[in-house]
Amino acid sequence: MQKIIDENKIDLVYLKKKARWVRIETLKIHALFPGTRIASSLSPVEIFVALYYGGILDFDPTNPLSPDRDRIIISKAHGAVSLYPILAELGFFAVEELKNIGKDGSFLGAIPDPNIPGFETMNGSLGHGLGVACGIALALERKSQQESVFVLSGDGELYEGSVFEALMFAGEHCLQNLNLIIDNNKISMLEYCKDIIDLKPLEEKFKVFGWDVIRIDGHNLLELHNVLMSAKKEKNGRPKVIIADTIKGKGVKALEYDPMSHVKTLSPEEIKKAIEDLEQN
Amino acid sequence: MATMRDIFIGEIYKRMKVDELIFFLTADFGAPALDRIRKDFKERFINVGIAEQNLINVGTGLALERFTVYAYAIAPFITMRAYEQIRNNLSLLSSVREINVNIIGVGAGLGYDVSGPTHHCIEDITIIRNLPNILFFSPSDCELIKRFVDYSIKVKQPKYLRFDSKALPAIYGKETEIDFKTGFKILEKGEKICLVSTGYMVHTALKVKDELEKLKIKIGVIDIFILKPLDEEKLFDILKDYSFIISLEEGFVNKGGLDSLIRTVMSRSGYCGRVLSLGMDDSYTFEVGNRETLHCKRRIDAIGIIDEIKKLI
Repeated sequence: MQKIIDENKIDLVYLKKKARWVRIETLKIHALFPGTRIASSLSPVEIFVALYYGGILDFDPTNPLSPDRDRIIISKAHGAVSLYPILAELGFFAVEELKNIGKDGSFLGAIPDPNIPGFETMNGSLGHGLGVACGIALALERKSQQESVFVLSGDGELYEGSVFEALMFAGEHCLQNLNLIIDNNKISMLEYCKDIIDLKPLEEKFKVFGWDVIRIDGHNLLELHNVLMSAKKEKNGRPKVIIADTIKGKGVKALEYDPMSHVKTLSPEEIKKAIEDLEQN
Repeated sequence: MATMRDIFIGEIYKRMKVDELIFFLTADFGAPALDRIRKDFKERFINVGIAEQNLINVGTGLALERFTVYAYAIAPFITMRAYEQIRNNLSLLSSVREINVNIIGVGAGLGYDVSGPTHHCIEDITIIRNLPNILFFSPSDCELIKRFVDYSIKVKQPKYLRFDSKALPAIYGKETEIDFKTGFKILEKGEKICLVSTGYMVHTALKVKDELEKLKIKIGVIDIFILKPLDEEKLFDILKDYSFIISLEEGFVNKGGLDSLIRTVMSRSGYCGRVLSLGMDDSYTFEVGNRETLHCKRRIDAIGIIDEIKKLI
């Protein structure tokens, strides 16, 4: 099992550099394959960096389905393109494969599937990840295994009725090894969530189902690290949800605060400018 | 007479005693035989509530961690409410990862007759047969069900078990040879005409055979108990010698059901006979009545089928 840094010595400078590198690599992927959802993939960058480089997840790139790994389901799979460079760098698959994304015969598409080492389940249609994660968490608990289960979900995904079924289930069955991270970027496909059906009060909705709730800045690596680590360690009989407030398209001015950013494809000039901006920061 | 679900669940209870990796989930659907599982295996029995989507999703998660899962619900609800969960998390995901989830759908066809069209299940043969990787079991009697229990544990892939809600008479004996890889059984050899059916309608086919025998007409009857995958080549070899093949199902015709399976099998070169599809036409059944009455109205009772056969000869 691999932990990139000692959990007691958080190297924030290193993690911030990683986050910037992930953004740049994700933009390069978007340049190669404009069919990728760039804005959705930029909001969870710090979440991925904290999980994979911050010592939260136990994983083994040489044996991605190792029984003692932590399980992670990227339920908002369209926003997982920023995970490709991370998984490649960690050795889940060859870095060279990134160049083939979207090309004939490549296993890297706009939306990941479990043929890609490091992805556990079948996502793409929203609202499936949490229920499957409930089953995994229950199985681990029944077999007295200590591994944790993480799910990354979008806030727009919470509209799916299957999420309601899973939230009730997890609370009732005290799935303390289950950690749901909401990439709360506040924008769905067409517009701001508040203008569709306001999800407020979000914290209270989870609390009444028996979940521990914490709300943090989803771009603050220190907060993310500390909260994810304590959520993983805390075995108090309740599932945990981390509402991570994020900005859709974070780091790219052409995307941030654009309610239509979900469907926006950046031009080569916009990508070049965005990479230059990131490199200067 | 015991129902299919009680026989099957009774057998699962016995396996749960010796196999700690069996989990039983229900979407708030009961059975007398289920009470013992609830009582004796509290750790491996869960009622997820009236939540068919979560039934499949939680089952998937358990199966990914090597549990053999039985997911039990009313047939039209589990197949149609949770169709995308079955497609994405069972059919698609099992292309890559091993998943042994056994969906038990109770109430095939018009089994829940007086409950009305929401409870009738006449689309499932078409829609589940569409999905790759899903084994489709459609038994006509309880002996098949007893034999299928160990097979369901051994064969580690998603399965759909289409059970009748009513208790049906026995067709097979304890000594009958049954091969789930072949997927069908010849119940009667005929001369020119062969009735091919599945589930409850196999009993109707046998009635038709008995009635026609009185008129000195000898028809063949075949029970297809595995709708997918089955030995299609073997089925063709048996059916090719008949002049008329009639598929009979308690489901829509011309929409990809059993009739489609038979027509596809017989489309191989060398078959010169005729294929006729009997089942439900393109409408729902709102009339209140028991199954026999409803079958009579839809002309899929023995009398209606015999009338169709008489037109052929």
